Amino acid sequence: MKRKDFHALWIIAAVIGIFPWAAGGNQYFISLLVFLALNAITALGLSLLMGYAGQISLGHAAFLGIGAYSSGVLTTQYALHPLAAFVFGIFLSAGIAFLVGRPTLRLKGHYMAVATLGFGEIVFIVFNELSPFTGGPSGLSNIPPLSFWGFPLEGISFLYLVWAVFFLLLIFSLNLVNSRVGRALRAVHGSELAAGAMGVDASQAKLQVFVLSAVYASISGSLYAHFLAFISPNAFGLMFSILLLMMVVIGGTQTVWGGFLGAAILTLLPEYLRGLEDFEVLAYGAILLSVLLFMPQGVLEGVRRIASGRKERGAR
Amino acid sequence: MIQFLFTGFTLGSIYALVALGFTMIYNATGIINLAQGEFVMLGGLIMVFCTLILKIPMVLGFVITLAAVTLIGAIFQRLAIHPLKNASLITLIMVTLAGSILFRGVAMFLWGKDPYMLPAFGSQKPIQLWGATLQPQILWVLGITLGVVAGITYFFKRTLFGKAMTACAFNPLAARLVGISVGKMVFVSFGVSAALGAIAGAIITPITLMEYDRGPLLALKGFSAAVLGGLGSAPGSIAAGFLIGILESLGAGLISSGYKDAIALLVLLLVLWIKPSGLFGSKEESELKKF
Amino acid sequence: MKADILVIEGLEKSFGGLCAIGGLNLIVREGQIKSVIGPNGAGKTTLFNLITGILPPTKGQFLFLGNRLNGLKSHEIARLGISRTFQNVELFAHMTALENVMLGRHSRSSAGIVRAGFRFAGMQREERESRDRALDELGFMGLAEKAEWDALSLPLGEQKVLEIARALATEPKLILLDEPAAGLNPRETAKLSETIRQIRNRGITVILVEHDMSLVMDVSDEVAVLNYGRKIAEGPPREIQRNREVIAAYLGEEANGA
Repeated sequence: MKRKDFHALWIIAAVIGIFPWAAGGNQYFISLLVFLALNAITALGLSLLMGYAGQISLGHAAFLGIGAYSSGVLTTQYALHPLAAFVFGIFLSAGIAFLVGRPTLRLKGHYMAVATLGFGEIVFIVFNELSPFTGGPSGLSNIPPLSFWGFPLEGISFLYLVWAVFFLLLIFSLNLVNSRVGRALRAVHGSELAAGAMGVDASQAKLQVFVLSAVYASISGSLYAHFLAFISPNAFGLMFSILLLMMVVIGGTQTVWGGFLGAAILTLLPEYLRGLEDFEVLAYGAILLSVLLFMPQGVLEGVRRIASGRKERGAR
Repeated sequence: MIQFLFTGFTLGSIYALVALGFTMIYNATGIINLAQGEFVMLGGLIMVFCTLILKIPMVLGFVITLAAVTLIGAIFQRLAIHPLKNASLITLIMVTLAGSILFRGVAMFLWGKDPYMLPAFGSQKPIQLWGATLQPQILWVLGITLGVVAGITYFFKRTLFGKAMTACAFNPLAARLVGISVGKMVFVSFGVSAALGAIAGAIITPITLMEYDRGPLLALKGFSAAVLGGLGSAPGSIAAGFLIGILESLGAGLISSGYKDAIALLVLLLVLWIKPSGLFGSKEESELKKF
Repeated sequence: MKADILVIEGLEKSFGGLCAIGGLNLIVREGQIKSVIGPNGAGKTTLFNLITGILPPTKGQFLFLGNRLNGLKSHEIARLGISRTFQNVELFAHMTALENVMLGRHSRSSAGIVRAGFRFAGMQREERESRDRALDELGFMGLAEKAEWDALSLPLGEQKVLEIARALATEPKLILLDEPAAGLNPRETAKLSETIRQIRNRGITVILVEHDMSLVMDVSDEVAVLNYGRKIAEGPPREIQRNREVIAAYLGEEANGA
């Protein structure tokens, strides 16, 4: 982990630590920050897949849903301990990602995109149809909160938990990127041919990172279920998969932080669009199109380039 | 049973038209247009707007709808696709995705989330045929689809323009060298695909209604057909479209209607995983193509 | 008497109707510098792609130190000890020269996702070792000062040299160099000549595909000549130079750096 990553981490941690108290325990802001962390976790996993390994997944909300429904169903209908349900969700997501990933990651470009799209839709349909388990379109409620030794984690304590999980995964991801694994992924992205010639098993590497990103999503989904105490299939459909994709693209895939920035933008921005619900989808489309046309490297990289451009001109 | 078959053919017509649209753009540009479903949606909703709000007679409304959506498709190509033609694959995929979101957003803004109905083209009285009860609109759907298919086939096989487009698909460089403007071909292919989608939307709305977010599922199923038939093969797309329509109809009737959408999707996944060149494509040909 | 490091028997490769390689037999002995030459389209790069598992042969087999290579994937073959460079430089974009060479250490290291993510002890030591080895190879090829440069920002000549460093980092027993002199000026080519000899002195066997005849004649122990996918001559450089069939095959092409 480089020095500036470390600094950024501490600054954000400080902000998150202080903010709830500064905002007077306002539930609205706390919720917002919780969602930010949850989205950041998923976006982190997805950006490893898309940015470093160069693969695409248009159905990632499915894994969110698998985690969420695992936690939801097992804790409400089978009275399983939340932690056990959480772990089950991770294994289920990983397993499905493994099975789906193997044939899908072999596909080239567009085919892979559409296959993941199809997969996401199928999972969405399953959530809707397995009503006895999932509660169908009307959703699943009364999901118990996470608790440790009898203390339920809600509000501010949950906020701290979620951000702690995010930081842990962030550090894990940063470590990964600057390691043999990270280099291998970038190599596969750069030239699968040469990577193979250097001994990198490209299929295995791609599959591993796909499964990893599914695990991140599952973690986020489970936490989401316990936070809201209610989940419904609509949260895990195409629109959210696209939103996740947008987080990664808008934030930029050059660094691990891109996913975080994208998550921040797309979690906080809709709050400003609150009154303009009719415009919501339109705005998303317009934003995505603009970024792709004018800042395809993502906002983070775009800002960096503008900043270093200014520096150059200033130096003359 | 016959009932299911007719429903299947009806659905299949739509999937065939969408698949044809995919194939057309793919042949001209090598990209998959993820906004294809939105052309169908716009076709349906604009037609509703013309007929019900503006009270224009249906035939005229049909023409206007066709023109409007074709224009939208062409503009989309010029403004969003063309500037990015040398961008990375992920960017290209994202652009068509962004387009689809944008169209959906506009539709949601203009028409809200409710489904809309179109009156049938001709009479509303159900017909009895071979033990099945049919809405007459079904005959319109089948008839128009066959007409379109014939028209497209004629276009590609008999007209110079159509042949030029085929040439572009095979070898853009050679096409350029003999004076064919590849840019124009790409532009036209988007327009034609949009038109195909619009037709599909207009003819199916009297039967299945139309709402702002019908696009993605239609696109997926249409793409399913396009791949099943061998991406790049127009006759394959059409045949596969009907096949999937029938499969879906039978599945919905005989197995379960809740999972009916999943049937086409499952076919999609299976084809991609097992034989991406589809039923009628050859393996080598599919490897030569860009994707 | 040195062992046979690579034995190619009855190799054939057709693409549809096109026969790229027909009935090729080739033996490379350990410690040799063997060159494979021939007019463009003779099948030389195809041969490399076949050896390294990128393409499957239509017929024939490869024996590498007695191990059968047929059916192995390219990364498995790399792990066995065969490494290569590419005719069109295939460096990894968005990575520094050092990181590119460190990739060469991939098959000689083992930290997976868990060890890398949690930085278990052992992983850090392995990282340091990989880094040091990579720096050594960069130094061997004369690129040590440019270790932190973005790999694709190097001039073409240095990019080709970087690819060799990367291939060497895998600790190969056999290295395949695909037209390493293409794009190099005479001074760089002379340096390459010397480098290839030094590679051999490290105990690595070299197979060289080249168009630059001065390099080939200078450095090779043995030369095999391919034409239309078949071997038309094989022997020490001097003999090949005088071989009538070889000269005939090259007529219509300049024999020096086409």
